Amino acid sequence: MTVRELHAPRRFRITRHRANGAFWSAITWLLAIILFFPVLWMVITSFKSEGSAYTDPPKIVFHPTLTQFSQVFSSGAGPPFLHSVFVSLVSVLLVLALALPAAYALAIRPVKRWRDTLFFFLSTKMLPYVAAIVPIYIIALHVGLLDNDWALVILYTGFNLPLAVWMIRSFFLEVPRELLEAARIDGGGLRVELTKVIMPIVAPGLAATALICVIFTWNEFFFAYFLTATKGPTVPIFLVSFLQSEGQYWARLSAAATAACLPVILAGWIAQKQLVRGLSLGALK
Amino acid sequence: MRRAPLLPALIYMIVVTQIPFVVTLWYSFRGWNTLTPGSNRWVGLKEYQLVFTDPVFRSAIINTVVITGSAVILSMLLGTALAILLNRKFFGRGVVRTLLITPFLVMPVATALLYKTTVYDPIFGLLDWILSPFGVHHVNWIGSYATPSLIAVLVWEWTPFMMLIVLAGLQGESLESLEAARVDGANSVQTFLAITFPHLRRYIELGMLLGSIYLLQTFGEIFVLTQGGGGHGTATTNLPYYIYELAFQQFNVSEAAAAGVIVVIGTEIVATIALRLLSGLFAAAEGMS
Repeated sequence: MTVRELHAPRRFRITRHRANGAFWSAITWLLAIILFFPVLWMVITSFKSEGSAYTDPPKIVFHPTLTQFSQVFSSGAGPPFLHSVFVSLVSVLLVLALALPAAYALAIRPVKRWRDTLFFFLSTKMLPYVAAIVPIYIIALHVGLLDNDWALVILYTGFNLPLAVWMIRSFFLEVPRELLEAARIDGGGLRVELTKVIMPIVAPGLAATALICVIFTWNEFFFAYFLTATKGPTVPIFLVSFLQSEGQYWARLSAAATAACLPVILAGWIAQKQLVRGLSLGALK
Repeated sequence: MRRAPLLPALIYMIVVTQIPFVVTLWYSFRGWNTLTPGSNRWVGLKEYQLVFTDPVFRSAIINTVVITGSAVILSMLLGTALAILLNRKFFGRGVVRTLLITPFLVMPVATALLYKTTVYDPIFGLLDWILSPFGVHHVNWIGSYATPSLIAVLVWEWTPFMMLIVLAGLQGESLESLEAARVDGANSVQTFLAITFPHLRRYIELGMLLGSIYLLQTFGEIFVLTQGGGGHGTATTNLPYYIYELAFQQFNVSEAAAAGVIVVIGTEIVATIALRLLSGLFAAAEGMS
């Protein structure tokens, strides 16, 4: 076989490979657009007037307007946003304050039976929340936490704590042993070890953990619905009540949904590199 | 003293999960219906008997298995396909990835609300518009096909989750063994079945287990989309929705508590098995990365 004969079919294979590649890239793009379309449609509809939202077939060309957004915020969306921001921020801070030391005790200087402890945290994620709603409602009623942001702060902290412990532990495990040893030999003590060695390495991980906790708290519906429905609703509750009162106004509904989803979609886009790690509890990178 | 930093988190979780459970247990042995004065007294196991003889409870178990099972399997199939497509270099890959993870980030009740109005509406919905060339007109999707409508929404939400986990698996795959297979003359289907799939199996199991843990708790989507049955019946009443109806529609606090205790015990059994599997999977994943 000559050199020429060897090369010819290979070049042919490469061009065929490229054509194939373009085909699969187009398929991937198409699927991505189809799956994204409902979100895009929500955003498009939110800029429509009610008249152009209700057409058969659906309208693609229309005069964009911001009326729906101003309508949403003038019909009481402000307070729910403030409740959601408060609950998300406070509970995430609480989660980090509790999870950081716990992760330290499970990763840097592991306690005895650290594996069992880790799995205890995970097992609490498997408890059906719904089984707890009746007693939680009754307890909240008795201690005066019904329609109070703090009830949600306490519950959401419990929600996210196992996830945060697992995730932060996986970031701690990445701190090189030698660096820790060196810090210990230098005799800097725990404070130096934490601020000079561990923190610089795990800080991006902590930020990602916080963002993922925010995603879950912001979107939570179940507990918020039963514990804050009447006076201090969070964003998801506001959205559902909006459906009940203005369900036939699609453009306004879409505007409310767009505003409600935007913070978390942005948080998720920013944290997307760490998303898989959070979702797999730190097991996958 | 090594344990000291662990204690606050540990105690917090024990308090938050165990106190409600003890209170649930207490009410499950009473006969409290908030509409019936004087019913809040000790009745022993009567409420458990009521739950076990309730046909809606049995159908709720079946619905939970059907809804969770089909949503997990379908989103895993779709997610794996997308992960394989994404695991190539092509123009705009980052953008495509960003678009594809978005459904998971949309607030679940917003998703349900959008599908209920702009997608599933029998006259003005997108689905009606897309299917009208095929002779499908004005179908009351949610009313007539409550369970499939719900599962489709859940699959849309959870496909990105599965995709990300499988994609992490694909990217951890060693290139040498793939190259070796190609040199040996294996085509891409053979390579996939012989090397990629066995390697991916662990990731697929991990994704399905974690997905099931979350999907078993589905409530908001059912609450908004079908109200438990698409207007009538109990076709989409899963266990969370069943307990919600007992407690907040029928005001049967004690029967809801009894159902809650049963669900917790059932979940514990399933969870013990799942945790055993998971601990193997996590150990393997940590070994791999």
